[in-house]
Amino acid sequence: MKKGYLILSNGTVFEGWKIGADTESVGEVVFNTGCVGYLETLTDPSYDGQIVAQTFPMIGIYGVIPEDYEGKCAVKGYIVRELCDTPSNFRSQGILDDFLKEHNVCGLCGIDTRALTRMLREQGVMNGKISDTPECDMDEIKSYRVTNVVSAVSSKKAHIYESNGEKKYNVALIDYGAKHNIIRCLQKRGCKVTEYPYDTTAETILADNPDGIMLSNGPGDPAEDVFCIEQIKKLLGKKPLFGICLGHQLTALALGGQTVKLKYGHHGANQPVRDLKGTRTYITSQNHGYAVVAESLEGKGTQIYANANDGSNEGMEYPDYDAFTVQFHPEACGGPQDMEYLFDRFTQMMEDKKNAEE
Amino acid sequence: MPKNKDIKKVLVIGSGPIIIGQAAEFDYAGAQACRVLKKEGVQVVLVNSNPATIMTDEALADEIYLEPLTVDTITRIIEKERPDGLLAGLGGQTGLTISMQLSENGVLDKYGVKILGSDVNAIKKAEDRDLFRKTMEEIGQPCVPNEIANNIDEAVAAAKKIGYPVIVRPAFTLGGTGGGIADNEEEFIEIATVGLDMSPITQILVEKCISGWKEIEFETMRDECGNAITICSMENVDPVGIHTGDSIVVAPALTLANKEYQMLRTAALEMVTALGIVGGCNCQFALDPNSFEYAVIEVNPRVSRSSALASKATGYPIAKITSMLALGYHLDEITNEITGKTCACFEPAIDYVVAKFPKWPFDKFIGSSRKLGTQMKATGEVMAIGQSFIEAIMKAVRGVEIGLDSLNAKPNSDDDLMTRLAAQDDMRLFTIYEALKAGVSVDTIFDITKIDRYFLYCLQKAIALEEELSSQPLTEELYLKAKKSGFPDSFIKRLTGVDELPDYHCSYKMVDTCAAEFDAQTPYFYSSADKECESRQMPRSGKPVVMVLGSGPIRIGQGIEFDYSSVHCVWALRKRGYDVVIVNNNPETVSTDYDTADRLYFEPLTPEDVMNVIEVEKPIGVVVAFGGQTAIKLTQYLVDHGITILGTSAHGIDTAEDREKFDAFLETIGIKRPKAVSVNTVDEALIAAKILGYPVLLRPSYVIGGQGMSVVRSEEEVRQFMEIILSGKISNSVLIDKYMPGIELEVDCISDGTTVLIPGIMEHIERAGIHSGDSIAVYPPYNLSESMKNTVVKTSVEIARGLGTQGIVNIQYLVQDGELYVIEVNPRASRTVPYISKVTGIPMVDLASRAMLGETLVDMGYENGLAPSSKYYAIKVPVFSFEKLTDANTIMGPEMKSTGEVLGIGRTKTEALYKGLAAAGIDVAEIRKKPNQGILISVEDYDYTDAIALAERFTDLGIAIYATPDTAKAIRARGIDVTTAHNVWENDDINNLIETGTVNYVVYTGAVMDYSVGDFRVLYRKCMNLKIPCMTSLDTALALSDVIAACYDQGNTRLIDITKAF
Repeated sequence: MKKGYLILSNGTVFEGWKIGADTESVGEVVFNTGCVGYLETLTDPSYDGQIVAQTFPMIGIYGVIPEDYEGKCAVKGYIVRELCDTPSNFRSQGILDDFLKEHNVCGLCGIDTRALTRMLREQGVMNGKISDTPECDMDEIKSYRVTNVVSAVSSKKAHIYESNGEKKYNVALIDYGAKHNIIRCLQKRGCKVTEYPYDTTAETILADNPDGIMLSNGPGDPAEDVFCIEQIKKLLGKKPLFGICLGHQLTALALGGQTVKLKYGHHGANQPVRDLKGTRTYITSQNHGYAVVAESLEGKGTQIYANANDGSNEGMEYPDYDAFTVQFHPEACGGPQDMEYLFDRFTQMMEDKKNAEE
Repeated sequence: MPKNKDIKKVLVIGSGPIIIGQAAEFDYAGAQACRVLKKEGVQVVLVNSNPATIMTDEALADEIYLEPLTVDTITRIIEKERPDGLLAGLGGQTGLTISMQLSENGVLDKYGVKILGSDVNAIKKAEDRDLFRKTMEEIGQPCVPNEIANNIDEAVAAAKKIGYPVIVRPAFTLGGTGGGIADNEEEFIEIATVGLDMSPITQILVEKCISGWKEIEFETMRDECGNAITICSMENVDPVGIHTGDSIVVAPALTLANKEYQMLRTAALEMVTALGIVGGCNCQFALDPNSFEYAVIEVNPRVSRSSALASKATGYPIAKITSMLALGYHLDEITNEITGKTCACFEPAIDYVVAKFPKWPFDKFIGSSRKLGTQMKATGEVMAIGQSFIEAIMKAVRGVEIGLDSLNAKPNSDDDLMTRLAAQDDMRLFTIYEALKAGVSVDTIFDITKIDRYFLYCLQKAIALEEELSSQPLTEELYLKAKKSGFPDSFIKRLTGVDELPDYHCSYKMVDTCAAEFDAQTPYFYSSADKECESRQMPRSGKPVVMVLGSGPIRIGQGIEFDYSSVHCVWALRKRGYDVVIVNNNPETVSTDYDTADRLYFEPLTPEDVMNVIEVEKPIGVVVAFGGQTAIKLTQYLVDHGITILGTSAHGIDTAEDREKFDAFLETIGIKRPKAVSVNTVDEALIAAKILGYPVLLRPSYVIGGQGMSVVRSEEEVRQFMEIILSGKISNSVLIDKYMPGIELEVDCISDGTTVLIPGIMEHIERAGIHSGDSIAVYPPYNLSESMKNTVVKTSVEIARGLGTQGIVNIQYLVQDGELYVIEVNPRASRTVPYISKVTGIPMVDLASRAMLGETLVDMGYENGLAPSSKYYAIKVPVFSFEKLTDANTIMGPEMKSTGEVLGIGRTKTEALYKGLAAAGIDVAEIRKKPNQGILISVEDYDYTDAIALAERFTDLGIAIYATPDTAKAIRARGIDVTTAHNVWENDDINNLIETGTVNYVVYTGAVMDYSVGDFRVLYRKCMNLKIPCMTSLDTALALSDVIAACYDQGNTRLIDITKAF
């Protein structure tokens, strides 16, 4: 094994061993606290531009299971404490190191990921480089920006996914880097899903006359996605709309709201979310570095979910536009499935709309 | 909803004595519950028969009853105290079952007592196998195909329908008591019969055997408004087939992909929702390793051993939160104490691996089966935290005190490797390691054991590392790699042959519930070979630091009482202005709660691990006196490394522990002890025994609970026992004493070096020869002359002073022919400390801790000598776990066999003894109600005199005497009516007497290791199943006759609230 280094923009150097592709890489370093679900994390396109560090120390135990992939593997790098090269699972088809190589992702193992996490927690997310040498050009690291990532992970052309069983609804899914389980959750509920590339115009979508519009998750700073925001403006109010993660943030921006960058984001499977309209708090899967500022949407919508730990916005509803959006991942994968019922809310909205039209 | 304000007074039912399947975890849970209730301003009424617990401490409850945990007694307590609520889910299965009975018989309704937390319906749905199944079916959760049977015919039909192999699970029993796997009808009938007998409702479950599936547990928490979370997942390394209490367990589950994990997590939450659980609940699943097929095994709608483990594994205080939910709080209204700012309605994220390793009592039951199955046999467990599976398991193994610092163990039988590999015993992990070393493939081992290949690969890597260490020069890098894999220096030195190891400084990471996502200040640490040390970074108060060593896993001879003492020492020291650090590795305890000490290190209690903590903490001194032998054993090593031991000096400790030095010491102060000779070989032993004259007592030095001690009566027995002792690799010499069957006394002394306080003298009912832990102990003494009392006090003062005791010392005496002899001295807190503290009102550990730090007893307000006696008798009765150890030799002797104890407190000795026996499961008043009254006596010739006295006594009570031929002859010779019953090997007489209920008591004495033991074992089991007391000491039987004569029952005893009584 070859020595490798993680050099952070604050000058800290962690020494470990290189894993995955024999390359170097610069990205924004974030940590993920899920104990299971590394394949879902690695294949979650929302991680584009980021070097992901796992806080759980043993990664790769159940190997590589292609059917669990959520989308394109877009991480810029991968950092673990211990990488398992002897996996054991009835579905495993290989070892994680080979997966990383195949997807040209470089990484490090043997890192004190807890020390790294504590640093990111205290100082906030920062850029870093996975490097073969302990020294490098710090400007390269500091000047890195996560940019143009939605275009990188979105599909290039439209795809159609048939519903499981009888087709009840046509859903237009705008792919900003959608996790595949969003599609599965819709298919399960009798939705035929048409997935559109991020740069599809609102007119094109509306011309296909879907019953509802689903805005997917995706990577990067939402404020950068000006084109997408413009399209959402035109879509809002036309059809029932459900947004997840980046879709939630873009909707807020489309309605004149604001987003802010969080100190170190939420990346894990244990975030408590309070249902402000109900009595319960739910455990959710999350992966985001930006949050919607609920106050900026006063008069446009109502906050319906809040993070029970830090109070950050976790969901909005916009009754005037027949829309609701959430910051967390109701489709889970990886993580808790407790909020999957939100897809039922979405199908109900489509049903109500249909009935109203009839 | 906030707290329910109608709840002002709550009854908490504890779990009673420590038995296999119900250990210290319920004291931990109960103590947390009491603290929550008190903090919320609720008055706490506590009932528990176990005096060694922390929950029965005045600091934790307002009214405390050390009374039998029976429906009758608790009904009376409810009548007297009139609580508004009852916490049912914190006293283990015992507390839960009694609560349900109180609900069913209308007591709770009558007195308006509400069951807090999960309600009666929820508990019923979870506990009643039929209702549970129905509920699971309704929500589509798959159960293992099974049938309920209420008699043997139904059972056989059910097994046929399901198909062999099947598992038998008796209803409403602890730790799977009486269950087992049957491969065919013949085996099945045997197991099912026992199972039906063991079940209090004569019901068993016959279930499809899914041995070999992964066994996965989820600890869940749910509140009344429906918030539901999983706290922790756990994976049994040993798959289905071995009771989870006997399995090596890791947390979180390691071999599940997200899909399987979420599938089971969702199932667990749907289950607790359907059942309507409020509070903590344990959900167990079996998962086919080759598909997504799974089955629900069971749920425990209460806190449990697993919830204690999950609490310690994650930092999430399950019992505390359960209690708050019971008071009406909702999960999302509670703050996570660890971070101080996040919400308790979240799921802990773990960034380490936890391994639990069971502690089995097989060293106490030489010759009994070590096979593991569906019936739990472990008495306790250790937990270890590491950054990898192998690091955690290495720590766990060296912490469990089985003489290992690696995974290389000597086989425990001569069977060949493959046979041992299939044996499924306590050595399995080590046999697998041996097999991998011998080149047996991972696949082969998987086929035999069904242990997931991942774990086997990890072991294989450890073996490769061993090879690397023994074949290559020890570079710093290689050394660090070994440390990261949890290899201790002792092992690395052996492998490499290198004496001077590279410089190494252990680091400590924090357990914080959130994988470092939030800033936490919990002072809960585990060691790691990383560079960054969070303990060193943590700000200190500047107060002097004292380190207290805990007592490790619960085992026979070293139980919960040492946790009581450790915790009280910590409290005393904190109160005195010290920063107290505790090191311990038992997840069931209060001492390993993160807020007991100022800082907790969850580490094995080995020299290296403790020294590493010392390097960080730099204590002014270490306390070894409250951690049992586990801590005492470390004394010399610590002193050799320049560490100050607080309290009695290492020299004093060694004088007391080393029997030869101790003899010399006693001679200097002119105190007698039974004649003894020190030997090292079988031949020396034979000569010594001949000189002393039989019977003699064999005892090795430095042991717990009289391990390896025996009374022997012949040359043959000397040979047998010496071989057993010597095979145990005991390096110190063996002592042979003249065996003297006198009266045994016991005292605990607190000394500041000058003044010696004796809180009380205990007198044992059984004569010397039965281990003090297995004897019934009476306080105050009932049969001791004033002059002998004075001699005891004078002698104790001399011994305590002579040893330079600063703190606490336990002395055991023997009185024979009017002479006082010393049997042994333990320079530490003993198992009697909690109970004597409670019944004398003298805070013994507090005083001893202060004495260690230099305060004088006079300044603390105490005088030299014996404290005034209490007005009540308090009698400690031992409790055994023979239900779980089916083939153990149950005859009492100098080797301790009991796992726990109960206390009876009464105005008279007989009242106290009645209560104590009732608490231990022998309710004489109930037995007296039976139509026939008879006793069976079968004793050795040396016991005839006593047997005759006993027969007279029972005859006077109107109880018919039955005896085996020789005993009957001796009794008849004195003109007492006796019916002869033939020996078990002759005909069915005895079986018939027992099965027909003709006899209600059995007294048996005999050689410990001859051919008749097997017969006795069968007899004992039969008696146990029918709840017939089976005594192996005539003294016990005689005391029992006094109780019978006194006519106490559970309605006429005085209920004593110990907070007001002493």
